[in-house]
Amino acid sequence: MANKINDETIEYVGILAKLELTEEEKEQAKKDMEEMLSYIDMLNELDVSGVEPMSHVFPVNNVFREDIPSEIDGREDTLKNAPSEKNGGFEVPKTIG
Amino acid sequence: MSKEYETVIGLEVHVELATKTKIFCSCSTEFGGAPNSHTCPVCTGMPGALPVLNRKVVEYAMAVGLATNCEITRNCKFDRKNYFYPDNPQNYQISQLYLPICRNGGIEIELEDGGKKTIGIHEIHMEEDAGKLVHDEAEDVSIVDFNRSGVPLIEIVSEPDMRSAQEVIAYLDKLRLIIQYLGASDCKLQEGSMRADVNLSVRKEGEAEFGTRTEMKNLNSFRAIARAIENEKNRQIDLIESGEKVVQETRRWDDNKEYSYAMRSKEDAKDYRYFPDPDLVPVFISDEWIKEVKARQPELPTEKLARYQREYGLPEYDAKILTGEKKFADIFEAATEICGKPKKVSNWLMVETIRLLKEHDMDPADIRFSPVHLAKLVDLAEGGTVNSTVAKEVFEAVFTDDIDPEQYVKEKGLQTVNDEGALRSVIEEVVKNNPKSVEDYKNGKDKAIGFLVGQTMKAMKGKANPGMVNGILKEILSR
Repeated sequence: MANKINDETIEYVGILAKLELTEEEKEQAKKDMEEMLSYIDMLNELDVSGVEPMSHVFPVNNVFREDIPSEIDGREDTLKNAPSEKNGGFEVPKTIG
Repeated sequence: MSKEYETVIGLEVHVELATKTKIFCSCSTEFGGAPNSHTCPVCTGMPGALPVLNRKVVEYAMAVGLATNCEITRNCKFDRKNYFYPDNPQNYQISQLYLPICRNGGIEIELEDGGKKTIGIHEIHMEEDAGKLVHDEAEDVSIVDFNRSGVPLIEIVSEPDMRSAQEVIAYLDKLRLIIQYLGASDCKLQEGSMRADVNLSVRKEGEAEFGTRTEMKNLNSFRAIARAIENEKNRQIDLIESGEKVVQETRRWDDNKEYSYAMRSKEDAKDYRYFPDPDLVPVFISDEWIKEVKARQPELPTEKLARYQREYGLPEYDAKILTGEKKFADIFEAATEICGKPKKVSNWLMVETIRLLKEHDMDPADIRFSPVHLAKLVDLAEGGTVNSTVAKEVFEAVFTDDIDPEQYVKEKGLQTVNDEGALRSVIEEVVKNNPKSVEDYKNGKDKAIGFLVGQTMKAMKGKANPGMVNGILKEILSR
């Protein structure tokens, strides 16, 4: 296989995805990613010059909603998903940009 | 000796669109609801929820693009921008990277020396806003309100064509005005419905390459923008002069301290791994649709400026001030339509209205009085029902309480007294009581008549017809 994923890449992808991987999982992830890249290489063998890039897998476009507000107050249902709630909001660890 | 440096500035301007609902769901965009009351599974990123695009968002974005001379992308689509932050419930923001709706536009700004310059617009794309984080200092936690999550935004990305704070302000002001005229947003910097990030670099005069740029955030007023630009320009020049390098980073402006600091650069910050959003289908924009949006385009500031001079015979100075605020233009046109006296209406707006706005520390957008009432006041003043001093007093009441001037004048008995007999007897009395002034006048002191007019006005509680008072007074004095 031509594609080699090094430890650094796995580490970086892990950070981006906010995943903590064990050594074992890292090895498995490396193997999976190498296979994916090989598949992409195969696709790259095709000559697609002159073919317009596809925007979507379904031949559907222009699906719109009209600008009419719903009257539903989503507060209660939304807050059911909050692991911790405070003053009607989701309480999260202090985060300042 | 410090060499001459040139400042190169480009802007990323976010504008909240004036739709009633969010970009991908029917939740209200209304400001000030109880936390999380305007939320649903779509705008809180629940698994399995399906976003559906608000047609109005596309039309507003197109309208802004057309008004800023952009090309409309006929086949545009949405992409996911991936990042983790508590105000972003999906862990991605739906935005447009590859095929933004508008490209290659520009608007003309007027420079301080009267010259003109075109500022290029690289692109305009549609995207969703994030939620709002409130920091609870006491508990050391943050609280998230998702009411703003999914509110539609357009991001207008300029070319790096600006060279000074003045040009930046002129560009922003023009952009704001165009968007307000289109009704696409109210564009209030203080309230965050218009937000500008400043990309700035410096280079030695005559150099072809750009320097390393920084991005400045948290600029909430034109004044803050001007100050931040000045500060950042000097900071970069100082770095270069002392042999150091400018680091490409995002900085946050603190307007109270007049200082910016580098935002914590997260190790993963700039790798957004964009990819096409599979939940949203492409948007094809036809010639017919563009024509429709164009046909609905209202008169824009530049066209209005020319028309006010041509049609109403206003001086350029007046026309500029009136068209420089949508609210002024709206009131001017509505009031003129009723009373047919454009110059008079213009004067009330340019003098008394602007004075009262300053006095009350208000924005033109906060004006609440009806143009009907202004038109009535113009008629009362021009028809001689009230004199100019009383008219100003009535206007203050129109401005603060939107009273009906006709009714107000009647109730308060402010009509000008045109009754010659009544005026004559008051003036006789004034003349009798002020022999010194009469003497002065007769000895050639023309100014003394002013005092006598003043005394008469005082006796009449300001309601006398000034022309008649002058006439009668002169006649009595020449006896």
